[in-house]
Amino acid sequence: MKGGTLWRTVRLGVSSLLLHKLRSALTTMGVLFGVSSVIAMLAIGEGASAEAQEQIRLLGSNNIILRSIKPREDFATGSAQTTRVVSYGLTEDDLERIEKTFPGVARVVPVREIYEEVRFGDRAMNPRVMATLPVYREVTNRVVYEGRFLTDQDLERVANVCVIADTVAAYLFPVESPIGQEIKIGADYYTVVGVLMSRVRQQSDSAPAGKSTAEVFIPLETGRKWYGTMQVKMRAGSREMEEVELHEIVVEVADPKNVPFVAEACREMLRRNHKQPDYEDVVPLELLLRAEETKRIFNIVLGSIASISLLVGGIGIMNVMLATVTERTREIGIRRALGAKRRHIVTQFLVETVVLSVGGGLFGVALGLLAPWAVEYFADMRTIITPTAPIVAFAISAGIGVVFGLYPAWRAATMDPVEALRHE
Amino acid sequence: MSALDLNKPVAELIDVTRTYRMGGNEVRALDGFSHSFGRGEYWAIMGSSGSGKSTLLNVLACIDRPSSGIYKVDGIDTGTLDDDALSELRSRKLGFIFQAYNLIPQLDVLENIMTPLFYQDDPPADGEQRARRLAERVGLAKRLDHRPMQLSGGQQQRVAIARALVNQPALILADEATGNLDSATALEILALFDELHAEGATIIMVTHEPDVGERAQHVMRLKDGRIENIVRGQRGAPTALRAQASGGVAS
Ligand SMILES: Nc1ncnc2c1ncn2[C@@H]1O[C@H](COP(=O)(O)OP(=O)(O)OP(=O)(O)O)[C@@H](O)[C@H]1O
Ligand SMILES: [Mg+2]
Repeated sequence: MKGGTLWRTVRLGVSSLLLHKLRSALTTMGVLFGVSSVIAMLAIGEGASAEAQEQIRLLGSNNIILRSIKPREDFATGSAQTTRVVSYGLTEDDLERIEKTFPGVARVVPVREIYEEVRFGDRAMNPRVMATLPVYREVTNRVVYEGRFLTDQDLERVANVCVIADTVAAYLFPVESPIGQEIKIGADYYTVVGVLMSRVRQQSDSAPAGKSTAEVFIPLETGRKWYGTMQVKMRAGSREMEEVELHEIVVEVADPKNVPFVAEACREMLRRNHKQPDYEDVVPLELLLRAEETKRIFNIVLGSIASISLLVGGIGIMNVMLATVTERTREIGIRRALGAKRRHIVTQFLVETVVLSVGGGLFGVALGLLAPWAVEYFADMRTIITPTAPIVAFAISAGIGVVFGLYPAWRAATMDPVEALRHE
Repeated sequence: MSALDLNKPVAELIDVTRTYRMGGNEVRALDGFSHSFGRGEYWAIMGSSGSGKSTLLNVLACIDRPSSGIYKVDGIDTGTLDDDALSELRSRKLGFIFQAYNLIPQLDVLENIMTPLFYQDDPPADGEQRARRLAERVGLAKRLDHRPMQLSGGQQQRVAIARALVNQPALILADEATGNLDSATALEILALFDELHAEGATIIMVTHEPDVGERAQHVMRLKDGRIENIVRGQRGAPTALRAQASGGVAS
């Protein structure tokens, strides 16, 4: 068919559809909502999974993170009522075992937390104060914003230096540069040598990954020296003594392939050496795999729902087109009498159906692009519109027009001209 | 072109039967009908209701096929043609005018006139000019962008006539073309037919009304699907026809 002929057929189709504006508009609704929900759901799904993956990747997909957690009361080995000592968590022994005996482990980084207030002048806050090794930054993929991170000399000299997160810097030093300033952690003074980008900042605009982003880092040895394993924690009136050797151990595995085995070894070792469940493990790689599996299932469910809605939309269009063909039986008879071949009639009705479904598809794409924006705005969720989504959705709507238009068009084309002309 | 061409019939039917099966019994709408319609002739087909006039016209228009027998248009045996070829034949050689005008409501006057050309495999380049000239001829030059709904019955029928002429058909068929019109309008339409006949067109029209039938050159009466009688008129083939090459209507 020549271009001009097709164009005329499309124009004819549009003008036939415009004879019944409301009916045509209602007919397109099924495809419209089908297409827009496909695009919107894909965007939401993509956004959610991208966010999850980014968070997980920031934790380091080569890493296994072991954390001390306070066991439930009945497990705690405490004594006195008012001031009791709760002792739990990861130990230096655990650290040593992993370091010395586990194959495939590249680096192991211990972290101790210090429960002290951080203060500069009259500004005070309670960030996570972490005593750790200089490799911490590399292992956890953190970025220095200003100055430097802790060094081996800091460690050797047991220096009173600290590195603060940008969120802490912003609060304590709203105007001046924090580098070189002395801040007070508990009773001691520390020189600020660097500012670290907080995870939030590194993650661009997404929400914080659970833990507080206010962090202060000091050399591990400094922490060991000034603050023992026994620390006092103030809790709504009562005081509590906590004895925790290590709060966190970050295990870096050389080859990502070995992450599952090392993770299993860590679990096994901890299970054997701890009488109570006073630790947890976070394996970002496992989370990543789980997130991908979740995304796959999400996509299947979403795809099914979308297919059903598009199928229903297509059936709606087919229904209306069958009615249209019956209604226009006489027109078909006239056209046949004037010399229209079967393929002309097929094309005419097929084009009309495709115009309907593509019209629905176009508005559906428009609505589908607006919806994620609304979701982002009102539900504060991240959405990602991949460029293929609207194209695919649009192609599908055109395909629906063809598939569901074929039967009505065939019905029209195979009518007997004499019978059709007799039709009132 | 020789005189032989002139004598070759435009439409030739040989022992054509069209039967309808209604439950057990068989209705013969056409029953062994044989006749040749010559070039440039103007025929009126008459007969009582149910005598087979419309059936004959539908067969002539190639929208209905005989149950048996042979029908040739311009020497082409329609029995050998498939659906596409038959459709092409309709769009090239036949012009059909209906009682109910049968214009296409969503098209304007110009598009309606051009419709048969759209369906030709190889449409003429001057189709639109032709359509405009025909519209002018039937007195609707100022109404080209009107829709059928905006026209009177007589005007609609004139659009239908222009549409039947646009493909310069070998044969013009009209089934009670004046049946829905008042007598004054009917006379206008008949005057148009007279003109076409004078120019050499071959016209076969079905009518109920004797005074309409009298306008034609020859009258054929049908009864039960057979020719009851034929009354040949005094007027011979118009002179314009001889001046012209075979086939086609000047417009
Ligand atoms: N589709 C059909 N099915 C069954 N019988 C039919 C059909 N079409 C026509 N007939 C029969 O064929 C015969 C001829 O019908 P036709 O329509 O040709 O008559 P007609 O001469 O045009 O009548 P009228 O003047 O009323 O239009 C009639 O007996 C009619 O009942
Ligand atoms: Mg009839």
